[in-house]
Amino acid sequence: MRIIKNAVAGTMESSDLMVIVAPSEEGLDIQLQSPVKKQFGESICRSVREVAEALEVRNAAISIEDHGALDCTIRARVETALLRAAKED
Amino acid sequence: MSKLLGSIEEAIRATGLKDGMTVSFHHHLRSGDYVLNMVMDAIAKAGIKDITINASSIHEGHAPLVEHMRSGVVTGLETNFISTSVGKEISRGILKKPVIFRTHGGRPADLLNGRSHIDVAFIGAPTSDDMGNCTGKFGPSACGALGYAFTDAQVADKVVIITDNLVPYPLTDFSIPEIYADYVVKVDKIGDPKGIVSGTTRITKDPVALKIARLAVECIKASGLLKDGFAFQTGAGGASLAAAAYLKDVMLKEHIKGSYVMGGITGYLVDMLNAGCFESILDVQCFDLNAVESIRTNPRHQEVSDAQYASPGAKSCAVDGLSVVILGATEIDLDFNVNVHTDSNGYIMGGSGGHSDTAAGAKMAMIVTPLVRARIPIVTKKVQCISTPGSTIDVLVTQRGIAVNPARQDLLEKFKAAGLPVVTIEELYEKAMDIVGDYKPVQMGERVVADVVYRDGTVIDHIYQVED
Amino acid sequence: MRRTMLFLPGNNPGMLGNGDVLGSDSIILDLEDAVSPDQKDSARILVRNALRDLHYEGCEIIIRINDLETPYWVEDLEAVLPLKPDVIMPTKVSGGAYIRRLADKMTEIEEKNGLEAGRTKLIPLLETTLGIENAFEIAKADPRMAALYLGAEDYTADLRCKRTKEGTEIFYARTRLVNAARAAGIDAYDTPWTDVADLEGLEKDALLAKSLGYTGKAVISPRHVDIVNEVFSPSEADIQYAREVFEAIEEGKRLGKGAVSLRGKMIDKPIVERARQVLENARAIYGGEF
Repeated sequence: MRIIKNAVAGTMESSDLMVIVAPSEEGLDIQLQSPVKKQFGESICRSVREVAEALEVRNAAISIEDHGALDCTIRARVETALLRAAKED
Repeated sequence: MSKLLGSIEEAIRATGLKDGMTVSFHHHLRSGDYVLNMVMDAIAKAGIKDITINASSIHEGHAPLVEHMRSGVVTGLETNFISTSVGKEISRGILKKPVIFRTHGGRPADLLNGRSHIDVAFIGAPTSDDMGNCTGKFGPSACGALGYAFTDAQVADKVVIITDNLVPYPLTDFSIPEIYADYVVKVDKIGDPKGIVSGTTRITKDPVALKIARLAVECIKASGLLKDGFAFQTGAGGASLAAAAYLKDVMLKEHIKGSYVMGGITGYLVDMLNAGCFESILDVQCFDLNAVESIRTNPRHQEVSDAQYASPGAKSCAVDGLSVVILGATEIDLDFNVNVHTDSNGYIMGGSGGHSDTAAGAKMAMIVTPLVRARIPIVTKKVQCISTPGSTIDVLVTQRGIAVNPARQDLLEKFKAAGLPVVTIEELYEKAMDIVGDYKPVQMGERVVADVVYRDGTVIDHIYQVED
Repeated sequence: MRRTMLFLPGNNPGMLGNGDVLGSDSIILDLEDAVSPDQKDSARILVRNALRDLHYEGCEIIIRINDLETPYWVEDLEAVLPLKPDVIMPTKVSGGAYIRRLADKMTEIEEKNGLEAGRTKLIPLLETTLGIENAFEIAKADPRMAALYLGAEDYTADLRCKRTKEGTEIFYARTRLVNAARAAGIDAYDTPWTDVADLEGLEKDALLAKSLGYTGKAVISPRHVDIVNEVFSPSEADIQYAREVFEAIEEGKRLGKGAVSLRGKMIDKPIVERARQVLENARAIYGGEF
């Protein structure tokens, strides 16, 4: 799947996250802001990569502002943002 | 004769405060306190340094302390609670000497047995006469009880009363008598009422907190402790406060006459007194205007000193008569040890306060908490810091089940018979791990930044520096 | 047990995470009215993931999908059915044809995914005048039908009258719906109480629904769950009476009596059936021996 435009998913509410996806030509670039970065930073980045891989997205700039979201929420918001960013208008 | 001096600066000179001494403050003015900052600024201006502060609590408004620590004016701290603005810097290692954390009961015990010493006590008093008879019950900055100032007044080498409401001698209905005061200073304002009596916290609307509160009250009912003579203490926020509200309904419905209630006293507890649920309030600290009004006017709302509240060194103290106490936690582990000092990143943001004291004294000590908070599991394998030992914690109530300390088979049987959702703490831990996913607890640094001193004087844990 | 079903907005991770501990017998993960059109995709993926990973315990899972007139409903089904929710709740159902079209699509998706066909049930929201008129036809339209659910807000708009707390204007719809449901042998859910703060009014409304024969009531706020559960749970008195019914029957058998009476009334089939239901519900709620 090719990322062709910017897209956003999620909210800033507690237990949610904001995901901003932009096109990129340099592989997967993941920027993470999270109050639980020390405890879950690795896990979050891994989940992001897995979701991107499952959608066959190889190039994307993914920026995440997390507010303590569980893994299933992180995967959901990333998937939503990637799909939106790949959608032809 | 008068003990009145013209300024805080003059009082500092008069007390003979020198480098290396210990000064003390109470925290009854809470986030509206001006006293600690005013005094420390004056001490710094006078060129005095290497001071140890022995304060019952350090609040957010005391952030200017950080600068005094950086500049070497303050090099030591002994307290029962440190809020984030200062706590974070302590965790980063701003002081060379470890902070000494005590409890609300242990602090007066160590002052009275001589293990800790105060050179000069600075006591902010909402009303005082010029000889030092003072109280917190009246005045524009009224704060109610002055429980945490009593022992300081008794044992400090020098005592300075700082007030913004000077009245003619003698003040009657005083809390602290003139026999302890060396000097009295009048200032424009000792604090901001908005921060002193921050208004009655509203009962939470969060459905998960309400569920936890309901379960907690079901536990109390099932324990068999809820009968005439019931003595109770609870915290002032979240599920703890909601539990007080549910408990009131039950007590009224079943015509139960409790004996005394304690806590940071809020309007909700005053309501329980006035509704006839309890015979009296024992008040070491007021949290809101309703509590202040009540302590002023109702003889059954009784001010008590910190020693009477919780000191294990006193001949008796009020926490030992508690039937039930409801407490919070930032973490609890498989041995029921509780952490209330540090957050999930290891930063100091609290302290025992009366946590260890009430848990030790109450017949049933309950921790109420959601199982997970913003993806951080509250039930862990081992707490980062033992604030209160698991041997004094009986019950953990979460929205996903109730765990009972294995040492309390009696409670376990009663809860099961009542059909309560009892699980093991291991099961709660597994559930928490299942919910949060791949959790890596933070690693702390090597350097000790604080010692956690239990109410009996022993060091039960250390708090380490945070690696930023 | 079907005393309460609690609505949870499908795009709100905080609420989804704790939905199963709020005490309701069923939770409704809402992809429809609680989600704005530009977030339908977001909610669908979130609910799908929640079903997959959150291990909801002790409650029935209902998914409220978007209306068959929208472009979303098929994707909703394709996302959630493979995760085996207990119930799908379609909205604005006005006739049996709607149910059949939906049920057929569900069967198609179940077969495609190797799932047990017919496993996921249906509880449609009847919120139009036509839906109320066709209540029985809808109730009988498919073996998946588990209950009928009344939606008074949209219904009164269709009736062109004001929605009131007393509810006189929805009385016909209420009684017609529960009648149709019972005639078809399925359950009936009453419309939710929309004044979150008025708990006294909620209790009165729930008691009315119970007296009309409803199985339970939908709720829009966690604060309403306990009150409605209490109303629709068998009381101590109900349970005691039910026990006495069976004791009287046993006694009658032993004494060789043909007809048995209790408290001056003949115990006939309907009374026995009601007593059996009460004991079954009591067992489901309180556990143990009843």
